[in-house]
Amino acid sequence: MNVRTQQRIAISVLFTCTVLVVLPVLLILAIITYKGAPALSWEFLSAMPEGGMNAGGIFPAILGTLYLVGGAILVAVPLGVLSAIYLVEYSKDNAVSRLIKLAIVNLAGVPSVVYGLFGLGIFVIFFGFGVSILSGSLTLGIMILPVIITASREALESVPRSFRMVSFSLGASRWQTIRYAVLPHALPGILTGTILGLGRASGETAPILFTVAAFYLPTLPESVFDQTMALPYHLYVISTQVPGIHEEIRYGTALVLLLLVLILNLAAIILRYQFRKKKRW
Amino acid sequence: MDPAIIQTRRLNLYYGNFHALNDIDLDVGEREITALIGPSGCGKSTLVRVFNRMNDLIDSARVTGDVRVHGENIYAPNVDLISLRSRVGMVFQRPNPFPLSVRDNITFGLEIHRRGSRKDFDALVEDGLRSVLLWDDLKDRLQGSALSLSLEQQQRLCIARVLVMRPDIILMDEPCSALDPIATLRIEELMRELKKNYTIVIVTHNMQQAARVSDFTAFLYLGTLVEFGGTKQIFTAPAQQKTEEYITGRFG
Repeated sequence: MNVRTQQRIAISVLFTCTVLVVLPVLLILAIITYKGAPALSWEFLSAMPEGGMNAGGIFPAILGTLYLVGGAILVAVPLGVLSAIYLVEYSKDNAVSRLIKLAIVNLAGVPSVVYGLFGLGIFVIFFGFGVSILSGSLTLGIMILPVIITASREALESVPRSFRMVSFSLGASRWQTIRYAVLPHALPGILTGTILGLGRASGETAPILFTVAAFYLPTLPESVFDQTMALPYHLYVISTQVPGIHEEIRYGTALVLLLLVLILNLAAIILRYQFRKKKRW
Repeated sequence: MDPAIIQTRRLNLYYGNFHALNDIDLDVGEREITALIGPSGCGKSTLVRVFNRMNDLIDSARVTGDVRVHGENIYAPNVDLISLRSRVGMVFQRPNPFPLSVRDNITFGLEIHRRGSRKDFDALVEDGLRSVLLWDDLKDRLQGSALSLSLEQQQRLCIARVLVMRPDIILMDEPCSALDPIATLRIEELMRELKKNYTIVIVTHNMQQAARVSDFTAFLYLGTLVEFGGTKQIFTAPAQQKTEEYITGRFG
């Protein structure tokens, strides 16, 4: 076999593998869009479900997902950003801080169903919050903590040391230095991490399974102690647990969820791009 | 020489087990330019960072001995670092403005210290820029990014950022090493101008610069102050053989 043939074979193999990677993504998008798009209408997005889920809309599930994601962010962002600040700016490199960092890395590797069980044990039963938006938000919040801490740490660490030096040399305290010379320049990176966490939280089913999700509720939730419907769980139920649901409604729900996650990730990408463009130090 | 504005006696500094400064006795005169020279690693940057206690940021650094600024022991336990650092300003090796507007760079320290009302800031910004001869160039670009300035302008801006804090001492750690020769000469001219109102300590590895700009020169070698005296004397009739070898370029 001559060199030219080898070359040609190598390129074809590499190209085929690459295409095989892209193909599933394109197929998922195409099939879900093709089958789900007919279901999309204003009514589908804004109405309560009717007729055993076969008519009406999925508004309670969309709203529920927004509540849960919002709650998770309220839990995870303050906790995550503040602990990232502590780790980067205050803690010294010793056994304790290394242990904390190791714990965070491991937290990221825990399967989401384990978070669900953890939430059930701690929030639903031990703290007595019941199966509620509060329990679900806390569980999701803890699940996305590692994403937010890691992104925040990277953002803080990418702020040049010289900013801190100048700030100290002008007589700023450590906190003032963080507040005025570091955080403003790390904010876009932190925001990007937050949005990625949002995307992750909005798509997960397992953590909300035992802690908050209801299959069908005739009314919208009124307090954080109420259960709520949520898109991923709704999709799971109408696809596997209830026979006779129209295909377009199933795919329509999947499409809405996909679009939600896609929009969030797109926002993160745009933000990061803007950040990189401005970063010239 | 008048009573020294900075005075060190038996100053020793250690980084962990490394003895970086060894029994330094130095007197820096008010409204003079004092140059610290010596080969890389001789401790000159470390010494200048003793005067505003920037070495505190390095965990392993430990200081013994006496360091007085205006007669006050700055390593006493009750020293207010914030007021020390606003009296003893620092200009760094690389121009390091924040990626903010020209104006926000100058007001950074003022905001931190809540000094003056925002109304006064306009006047302070103008004063600061005038004293580094940037006002005419930048008066219409105060909101523009400081990073769009030339390196020389950036370094002048960093000096202005220090000046608005009304320090009486300015420490400069190789302030021209990132600049071209012409910009270097112009910054030196500015230093001579600033000398009328400020005490300046400059670290430099450029002996010609020390000779051109300073009134007094301290030569450090391996953490020890080998010789300290009038710049003219150091460069024409050094008392120590080591000094002579260094300034004639035999090592370093």
